[in-house]
Amino acid sequence: MIQIFKDVRIDWLANRRAFIAVSVLLMLGGLFSAIIRQATGHQAFNLGVDFKGGTVVTVKFKQRPGDEAIRATLSQQGIRDAIVQATDKQDTVLVKLPLEGVSQAEVESGRALVRKSLNTFGTEAQAGVHLAGDPNASYEIVGTDAVGAVAGAQLRNKAIAVTLAALVGILLFISLRFEWTYGAAAVIAVFHDVLVTLGIFSIFQWEVSLTVIAALLTLVGFSVNDTIVVFDRIRENRRLHRRDSLYKVTNDSINQTLSRTIITSGLVFLSVLAMVLFGGEVLRGFSLALLIGIIFGTYSSVAIASPIMVWWEQRIEAANRTAALSFNKPVRGGVQSPSKGAPSRDSIAAQAGKRSSGASRV
Amino acid sequence: MKKKNLLQRVIIIAIVSVVGLYIVIGPRHRPSIKDFSWSGMKATLASNIHLGLDLKGGSHLVMRVKTEEFLKHLAEGNAVAAENAAKDAGFEVKSARADVGSGNYNVVLEVADPSKAAEIKEAVQKKVEFGDTSVWSYTASGNQLIWSISGAGQRTLADNATTQALNIIESRINALGITEPTLQTHGSQSSHQILLQMPGVQDPERVKNLLKGESRLELVHVVSPPSPAPSQTYATEEEAKASLNSGGTVPGNRRVLKYVERMDPTAAATEDQSKEKRTKWVVVEMPAIIDGSELRNASAVPTRAGGTEDFEINFSLKKTGADKFGAWTGSHINEYMGVVLNDEVQSIAFIKSQITDSGQIEGRFTKQSAEDLALTLRSGALPAPIEYLEERTVGPSLGQDSINAGVRASIVGLALVVLFMLVYYRGAGVNAVVALVLNMILMLAGLILFGATLTLPGIAGIILTIGMAVDSNVLIFERIREELRTGKTIPSAVDQGFGRAFITIIDTHVTTIISSLFLFVFGTGPIRGFAVTLVIGLLVNLFSAVYVSRTIFMWELGRKEKVESLSI
Repeated sequence: MIQIFKDVRIDWLANRRAFIAVSVLLMLGGLFSAIIRQATGHQAFNLGVDFKGGTVVTVKFKQRPGDEAIRATLSQQGIRDAIVQATDKQDTVLVKLPLEGVSQAEVESGRALVRKSLNTFGTEAQAGVHLAGDPNASYEIVGTDAVGAVAGAQLRNKAIAVTLAALVGILLFISLRFEWTYGAAAVIAVFHDVLVTLGIFSIFQWEVSLTVIAALLTLVGFSVNDTIVVFDRIRENRRLHRRDSLYKVTNDSINQTLSRTIITSGLVFLSVLAMVLFGGEVLRGFSLALLIGIIFGTYSSVAIASPIMVWWEQRIEAANRTAALSFNKPVRGGVQSPSKGAPSRDSIAAQAGKRSSGASRV
Repeated sequence: MKKKNLLQRVIIIAIVSVVGLYIVIGPRHRPSIKDFSWSGMKATLASNIHLGLDLKGGSHLVMRVKTEEFLKHLAEGNAVAAENAAKDAGFEVKSARADVGSGNYNVVLEVADPSKAAEIKEAVQKKVEFGDTSVWSYTASGNQLIWSISGAGQRTLADNATTQALNIIESRINALGITEPTLQTHGSQSSHQILLQMPGVQDPERVKNLLKGESRLELVHVVSPPSPAPSQTYATEEEAKASLNSGGTVPGNRRVLKYVERMDPTAAATEDQSKEKRTKWVVVEMPAIIDGSELRNASAVPTRAGGTEDFEINFSLKKTGADKFGAWTGSHINEYMGVVLNDEVQSIAFIKSQITDSGQIEGRFTKQSAEDLALTLRSGALPAPIEYLEERTVGPSLGQDSINAGVRASIVGLALVVLFMLVYYRGAGVNAVVALVLNMILMLAGLILFGATLTLPGIAGIILTIGMAVDSNVLIFERIREELRTGKTIPSAVDQGFGRAFITIIDTHVTTIISSLFLFVFGTGPIRGFAVTLVIGLLVNLFSAVYVSRTIFMWELGRKEKVESLSI
């Protein structure tokens, strides 16, 4: 039997300050990048043609080069994120360039850039003469049009609103199955992952397209999944080891699930890495966002969600203890070994366990 | 007893797998041997799964909103309104007309007494929306009061009309159930063009007509002597105009409209076929009593008297419209009203009693045309007609080469996963791989059953599903190993491992399904595409990773009398 870890005993929570400091630094870095770029007249994010519209140039070739070749010559002219789309006519392609604005001048500048890069395939047909009539020409720009955003501000706002609603759903369900502090910690961790990923996209000015949004949704899923696996183990262990502190239980739970965490995240990481390496230029934004998301989604369930949950629970417990001292009766059960006779959180957890044990038969 | 349980499980799994597999690669017609050859299956698979614009391409339609028509309608409507407002305020009005031509849109009000121009202007502007000075500019010359739409105003109004048309087209596309289209403005801002790209649809002509349908509904007063005389119609347009006694021109508060008389369905069979389309002309009052913006709902229903091919549209009005309509019909009993659609009178009805909030559009509609019309009425009238400028088929927007690269990369990634599972978990790894393959087949079957269109965000959902499917197996296997380490017997370790891991799997899956349902119900386009595949995938995974994997373990353990080793 091959085994990655055997009986690990790492005190994860001891490093919580360092973990949180690293995350805060990363988020601040992204935030600074976005704010400084916005303030200096640049864009916080390098939004793709999906979001801000651009220019569509229709090109007709005598000998149509491959999409990849067209994209390569475009990127030599500094057009990094063009969409090259085939049409029903074999010799014609649509080239979409992300450009600001829809004015005539900007459309023209897009056309000029495309012409400059296409000249590597040969000369353009002379004005007035069609491609067929010019023996020396190898291509012709048939049309240039400005296009608006596919995903306008309305769609963008709606997407954000819907995602927030979904996070509220996650919060409610985890609160129901665990405790509300668990739900809050999981959602904070998810926010952290999305913010860090977006921050990195802002720092490196990687293009944010609709595909990147799909990747962000995916990383939310991964992150929540990872966090719940750890929380689930914490819930189970708190029932089994009532005398242990939450701090110890959490550390133990992270350690017990560590081999699963490493295997799952590692496998998904490797698959996505294959996409980053071999998936081609167009999908790179998507796969990079996923890759970063998986790293931070895994990291955050150990380094963000768990410490926040423990900290919060300890605070509640401290508050209860004070309340118990002043009123001589606890408002809410303690986290570390509860005082005798008090309605403890463990009994709540035990009830939850009873509820779920019915479902444990497969 | 346990054997029986196992048999039952195996049968369920076998049925689900075969049905799932058939949904994915089976043809939708009576299958022949050829359909199950390699190329036959590939072709069926391609026709079963709908791929989106980014993966397969589709049709590319450029349309233009005829904003000049919108401005013309606006000027005409306001001319009538201005005349009525001035008359209501007690001023004498000689004529009112919309002066439209060569980029000018003017409302000209000719009054009897030019000295009262300022007062008339006040009275008119109180009732008619001329107040917005960024749009309307007012001049007076002699006995003419002129409001004209400024150049900037024209641009603003035309842009608004284009945006409105875009929204209406979007709602119609959604109502048609065309998944994952892209809709964007096209050309320079002043060209008022809309670019629609949609993945392959069944009947593109129908979609085109449906999007183009103006569906301008108006309920009007038909100028006619009151009942019991039949409603006044004219054989020719000239005759109708002559009846107005205004020297051949139509005054601003009247319109002459075409009316194709509806035949009595029982009489139609016996009558001469050439008479079936008897075109007549009627005179109606401007402005309309109410228009389509007051509609609350519209639906196609079969006519009571008619055969299977006869449909009409029932509509109901919003509160405001119903109040207006009720008040009007109440005071016009025994007169005639007409239902006008796109400037053509569909039917003329005699007002027997007060009507408040509902009515019918009669006419010889087929089921399809009635349903389409009801759909466009519900989505609202286009502010202006649209015309198609360009139509072509386009390839995948991600580029075929990128898709191929993506597919290759995914295969490499999946191969890595399979290899690892087999090496690390050995015998149990086979379970995981079987579960994974079944998961993918059933997920595709689910997508096909729901008629979902697969796009890149959908593939992101599949990636997350596969990730969680692998995770489910890892969770179970790691847990079984843990239980084995504590010294449990193999059957009890498997039992415990599944039991414990199942709670975790339920929690993770239900959480993700709940959040995806939010995305599915409230999300649009790419967000929704992601949610659909994810929900289907996770539901399938509960079956494949837990139920199927468990069954394989049961079978393995059940084979031997005494289990001494487990390959995990």
